[in-house]
Amino acid sequence: MTSISPTLASMADTALHVGSAPAWVLAIPLLPMLAVVLNTFSAIFRVKTKLPAWITIACLAGSFLATAFAFMTLSGQTNVATGWKWFDLSWGAGQGQQFIADFGFYIDNLTLLWMLFVTGLATLIAVYASEYMEHDVGKGYTRFFVAFGLFVFSMTCLVMGDNMLMLYLGWEGVGLCSYLLIGYFYKKPAAVAAAKKAFIVNRIGDLGLAIGVMLTFVHFGTLEYAQLFQSEQLAGYIAAVLEGRAGDVPLMAQLIAVFLMIGAFGKSAQFPLYVWLPDAMEGPTPVSALIHAATMVTAGVYLIARMLPVFLLSEWALPVVAWVGTFTALLAATIGMAQFDIKRIMAYSTVSQLGYMFAGIAMLSSVGGVYHVVTHAFFKALLFLCCGAVMHGFAGQLDLRKLSGLWHMKGWRVVSVGMLVGCLNLAGVPFTAGFFSKDMIIAEAFVTPGYGYSLLGWTLLFTAGLTAYYTFRVFFRVFTGPVQYEPGDEHHGEDDHSHDHAQDDAHGHDGHSHEDHAHGHDHFHPHPPRFAINFVLATLSVLAVLAAGLYFVSPEKHGWVGDMLEESTAHNLYTADHSAAAMFLIDGDAHAAHDTHADAAHGEHAAHGSILGFNPHEVMYYISAIFGLTGIGLAAYLHGPRGMVSGFLGNRVEAGKCRMDAVAKAFDPIPRWAENKWYVDEFYHFLFVRPLWVVSYIFQTIDKLLVDGLVNLFGYLPRLLGRGAQPGQSGVLHGYALSMAGGVGVILFIVVLVTL
Amino acid sequence: MMTTLAQSGFPEAMSSLTLFHYLFISAVMFTLGLIGFVTRRNLIVMFLCTEMMFQASGIALIAFSRFYLEYTGQVFVIFVLTVAAAEAAMALALVVLLFRRHETLDGSVWSLLKG
Repeated sequence: MTSISPTLASMADTALHVGSAPAWVLAIPLLPMLAVVLNTFSAIFRVKTKLPAWITIACLAGSFLATAFAFMTLSGQTNVATGWKWFDLSWGAGQGQQFIADFGFYIDNLTLLWMLFVTGLATLIAVYASEYMEHDVGKGYTRFFVAFGLFVFSMTCLVMGDNMLMLYLGWEGVGLCSYLLIGYFYKKPAAVAAAKKAFIVNRIGDLGLAIGVMLTFVHFGTLEYAQLFQSEQLAGYIAAVLEGRAGDVPLMAQLIAVFLMIGAFGKSAQFPLYVWLPDAMEGPTPVSALIHAATMVTAGVYLIARMLPVFLLSEWALPVVAWVGTFTALLAATIGMAQFDIKRIMAYSTVSQLGYMFAGIAMLSSVGGVYHVVTHAFFKALLFLCCGAVMHGFAGQLDLRKLSGLWHMKGWRVVSVGMLVGCLNLAGVPFTAGFFSKDMIIAEAFVTPGYGYSLLGWTLLFTAGLTAYYTFRVFFRVFTGPVQYEPGDEHHGEDDHSHDHAQDDAHGHDGHSHEDHAHGHDHFHPHPPRFAINFVLATLSVLAVLAAGLYFVSPEKHGWVGDMLEESTAHNLYTADHSAAAMFLIDGDAHAAHDTHADAAHGEHAAHGSILGFNPHEVMYYISAIFGLTGIGLAAYLHGPRGMVSGFLGNRVEAGKCRMDAVAKAFDPIPRWAENKWYVDEFYHFLFVRPLWVVSYIFQTIDKLLVDGLVNLFGYLPRLLGRGAQPGQSGVLHGYALSMAGGVGVILFIVVLVTL
Repeated sequence: MMTTLAQSGFPEAMSSLTLFHYLFISAVMFTLGLIGFVTRRNLIVMFLCTEMMFQASGIALIAFSRFYLEYTGQVFVIFVLTVAAAEAAMALALVVLLFRRHETLDGSVWSLLKG
């Protein structure tokens, strides 16, 4: 038992000290709300300028500055700022008989970390959108920025809320804004369908979250983080888990994590519920970059990081998250390899990278998972914005078979360099931010003991290779090689195609076959991005590169992110070394846990797992670099242009033809299946949508026959009676008068009879 | 129980008139109006007949009011007269409109409610 007491002692040390934050931190959520209100007025007054964009940028920048100031003054502490009482109900004095949820904000390092990149990226992307959406000025422009501001507000509620009800409010708020923005081009059926799909699929996850929140209240009697994480009940459970008595934790407490996990899977597009995210690319690209790549979809990771102490209680939650995350990473990567729409490739890559984050955090490397969230936010936003610039300039063309050689085109250099930086990060090329964060996750898979975690580690490594391949497939196809392009059919639903002649040309030639345009377009002139877009791309490129530097800040704690997380609930607050906490994941054998813990106390990695006999933390840099570079090399061989690097690279001389075509033909059905997303959508359609249709058809029939029949019967009876009495109505005025007079006479007669 | 109409402070000359007389006049007027309404076809005459029945009831009300020294009945009749005046204007306007439709005042032309 000797090894347990220090752990319990350290628990007492790390007990939360919750202070109260200064009132100005409320500016962080309220400034985006101010933008929403002001933009509502611009909608009412039908503003026909770019004013809504400037309002949004100014407010979001203010919000970011407030966050940065909060980071400088409040980091390392846990503070709560209460706006006002939201819910304050009580039906008794005992524990769990008071329901209190303030409109308040919980500011600790995890919150600050998330808010820094949320508000920062939101500001940059708003700048980008001010140019990207300019064809809609006076039409949907204001609507776009209202939803944009509302999204940032909801995200601040989600991340900063000081109780789970605020989290739920933000969770639903970002879902709503996501729905509104995916369906931004509401005249386009595909966009409307995608918006509905996103909303409905998210609903399934949200139900899990709602149940999780309710169970938390029922079991712990509070929804406030400060009380929850300070509660002796939770501390007792954790202690029980650490002592190997995981069975002592009641089932109810374990179920909380399971339901919260379902919520996280929905919002963060993990395996059974990921299908909405690729379709969400129907929204404008800035939205895809901000909501569906950088911020909203990481809410699930935030949820697990925030509730990590609760997740540690369940024997199944974290292992399931690890397996599902890894499987999602692999599945989405294989689909991404076969897609031709570059924005969709990035979407599948987002699903895949989210899988990495889940796997990382589930393998008790919350630092790796969260670091990957941060780096991914920057480079994936950058990649999306580059794709958006291409889409914007080529009238909606996103097919990598129809674009080539952008690097050599005038005015596209910033986009090309930005894309290269993003791709290098995503592919995990050594010394990029994506390299460090991904390695941290993969190495952890070999270190943390768990059900088949080393298999997961190898899968993640293999997936890293696939990632490098599909990333550079896009880069080599679109940005290198001969200059060739053909415009897309500008698909902005609301666009009237009059803002420049490029789209008119594009439409004029819709009827021609693609080959006609393979050698450039006579009339179509792509318009390269102007200042705002280039500025944002350049800034993001620099930030994506600099994010790698975060790894070298306080390296003993696994980088700046580790430093940040140490003071938050995402840190394994209750364990000096994670192996003790991890032990219960295997078999809950107290003896093994003690030994491991004792070992861990002596040598840092003595009890760690190994990869091929080496320490995973050390060799992972080389192994993952090999996988990543192999993927890039393969992409270069199969898709690269001829002549680059003295003929080593590919032999592509045309936009639409490369060595990969032959390979795809050789493996025939498999690439086709992958391109069709392994028919998962069709499977869901068959399994869920179709039966629902049948059931609803049956109900409709019952409604028609039984319910409507009853109602109609009651309507029909008086009509029948009326028909019987119909002949009595002559329509002659005097007839009615006579019968009235006769009636009066009869009544008089009776009265006289009675009274006499 | 046909007592005198005047129960107190009523001029002597009138004391021979009893409640019965008023009610009788009222009943006669009402019956004449009813008969007129049922037998005549001219819309204006029919309308006049309804007015006559109306005023017959007014006489009965005033008579009872005086008999019981209760002024509610008289007040009520003033209201009835006001309403009747407004209603007369509307009814005549309706008659004019009906006349425009069929160029006749014959009430039996109208039988839209025939089942």
